[in-house]
Amino acid sequence: MRLPLRRKQVATADPSVEAAPGTQSVPRILGVAGALVVGGWLLVKGADDLKQFTTVTLNGLTLSALFFVVASGFTLIFGLMRVVNMAHGSLYLLGGYLALEMQEAWFQEDTGLNLSLSGASDAEYGFLGWFAPLVLATILIGVIGVVMQQVFLRWNQGQELRQALLTIALSVIFADQMLAAFGGISKDIQAPSAWPTSVLLPGDVRFGFFRGAIVLGSALLIGLLLWLVIKRTRFGKIVRAGVDDRDMVSALGINVNLVFMGAFFIGAMLAGFGGVLGGTMISLAPGQDTAFLLNSLIVVIIGGMGSLGGAAIGAVALGLVDAYADVYLTFGGTDLTNYSILVTFALLVGVLAVRPLGLFGRPA
Amino acid sequence: VNPTVSRGRLGWVALGAIVALALLAPYLPIMTDFWLNQILTKTLWLGVAAASLIFLAAYGGMVSLAQVGIYGVAGMAYANLVLADGGSAAAWNPYLALVVALVAATVVGLGFGWIAARSEGIYFLMITLAFSVLVFYFFSQVTQLSGFGGVNRVDLPGILGDPESDPKPRYFVTLVVAIAVFVALRGLATGTAFGLGLQGIRDEPARMRALGFDVTLHRTLAFGVAAFVAGIAGVLSVWYNSRITPGSINLEQTINILIIAVIGGLYRLEGAWIGALAYALIDNYSREWVPQVGNILGSARFNTIIGLVFLIIVLLSPGGLVGIWEDVRERLGGRRRGGGTPTTTTTTAGPGSGPAPGTVN
Repeated sequence: MRLPLRRKQVATADPSVEAAPGTQSVPRILGVAGALVVGGWLLVKGADDLKQFTTVTLNGLTLSALFFVVASGFTLIFGLMRVVNMAHGSLYLLGGYLALEMQEAWFQEDTGLNLSLSGASDAEYGFLGWFAPLVLATILIGVIGVVMQQVFLRWNQGQELRQALLTIALSVIFADQMLAAFGGISKDIQAPSAWPTSVLLPGDVRFGFFRGAIVLGSALLIGLLLWLVIKRTRFGKIVRAGVDDRDMVSALGINVNLVFMGAFFIGAMLAGFGGVLGGTMISLAPGQDTAFLLNSLIVVIIGGMGSLGGAAIGAVALGLVDAYADVYLTFGGTDLTNYSILVTFALLVGVLAVRPLGLFGRPA
Repeated sequence: VNPTVSRGRLGWVALGAIVALALLAPYLPIMTDFWLNQILTKTLWLGVAAASLIFLAAYGGMVSLAQVGIYGVAGMAYANLVLADGGSAAAWNPYLALVVALVAATVVGLGFGWIAARSEGIYFLMITLAFSVLVFYFFSQVTQLSGFGGVNRVDLPGILGDPESDPKPRYFVTLVVAIAVFVALRGLATGTAFGLGLQGIRDEPARMRALGFDVTLHRTLAFGVAAFVAGIAGVLSVWYNSRITPGSINLEQTINILIIAVIGGLYRLEGAWIGALAYALIDNYSREWVPQVGNILGSARFNTIIGLVFLIIVLLSPGGLVGIWEDVRERLGGRRRGGGTPTTTTTTAGPGSGPAPGTVN
């Protein structure tokens, strides 16, 4: 077969850029000082109202879980293939929309009465009514990802910029077509009606069942599965080897195209899976694709491109920062929660100032 | 990600001819106010925004998606400082606001550049994209600055007159600014030690470092220059629209500017305006040309059209329209040496190699 030899790569990240160690101490000290200030502020706020603090922390962690699911797909694809899939957010949103369509078309159970006490949604869904769309949409998005990779990305492997531009073009088309097909109104996927909306945790904290149990649980499960696959299977070995030296892997006679297809399938599936989770937990609307592309970008920029552990840490950092900044950015009477995005920005800049390749990033 | 600068240049003669045509354009009998506003003026300011991106890509090897974020900073700063509906209640002199807006954009750009310049290639692209989207979210959230429906009816400087009744002054101002930006950026990149150093860093960062260049500083300063130009584009955009909203600096606009740069040719400064012209034409006329195909294609699906055009350009020729034109000329005439498409690593344009050889037509 034709090996995906890369074109001459000149402008890859240069390890010697950050060769001078002494110059790094100032940002590092600033970073530590900043972390201490933030930590102290949170301690004060936490001691002030522990119940609220627990809820906010749980909110942040569930957000982190969702970010991790989506970003782990992004980082897997990048780590192995150096493809920055700018259509990752589109795959996320499309996954959610597909599941929603399936749920509404096939699984709407007739309750007999077209009235419900809640008034918001008059349809009842069994467990299958949520789970089957989840599985089908996830697999479908995986297939779409593979088609994308085979049609648009396979033949120009190694031309990073061109691939990024291609996926940007695809994301523009995806976004517009989704707007045409699904409209501009925000929609939700319904969780199974039998599930409780919220559960009471110790300390008299009420927290959403779906957010807490399902999203957090699936993120942990996915993290564990990915870790096992990457550490314990032949596929994982090839992926790890490919992250370090793709050309050598292909020279060893491994069918790299098949491995790339597999990686893209899994990576896209994770975006689709995240879309269904996010569509149930938050909502589906135009613009969510941008939001989750940005989230994935920030998570992997913080954690280091291609690193699963980095994605986990990046996701936790971003989720917690988002949650805390939305609530605790009040100083006395002045409410600065409007400016919460600046804290996210500061997190990104802070990490990049100390480690330009992210926490666990390695030069390409 | 290793661009090459233009082989052969648009000569001063060609530039002069285009400028003369552009100066005469408003007085042509076929010219309507609609064309002057929606096509020509729009092309000129979009071109300035794309030029700031192309300058970095062509001469610095940095494809930055932060340009829209930076021009958003300038546009928002200007709109907030002068008399307007929404935003802060300041009512400064428009010229003073212009200066402050450009300074703000440059300072923000230098900050972004300092962080982003330490990474390269695709990392640079991702980090700058994150910056741009963060600027958008910032202005979406902070309604004190962006108003609830954007900042509207922004006060314009006197030199523009009243564009509603007579769009010519605004057109001429935009034209002069665009020409100045083009000449200055090209001069800076090819005729100064700074520009030559930047090109050296683009091609061989390690060697330039060994020669004693501060690579990060050089890149950061180049980013600052591009940010200044992006700031100009931001103010021009406010002058053009008389308003600015967070929605006009979102990811879509970021991608639009990238599309303009890529359509024109990422490695040719003049490609910025060629791409912008193509974009403005597609924007205005695709609604009439394109047949209605169910919900998939039609007058409301402009983004699908522009996305498809972008996709096809990237698939066919990363050099954009300029690259396609060069390819065609190479294949037909064979007058010019082969050298592959502009993505290959050949850099044949010598620094300061003067006007193009007279092989026009």
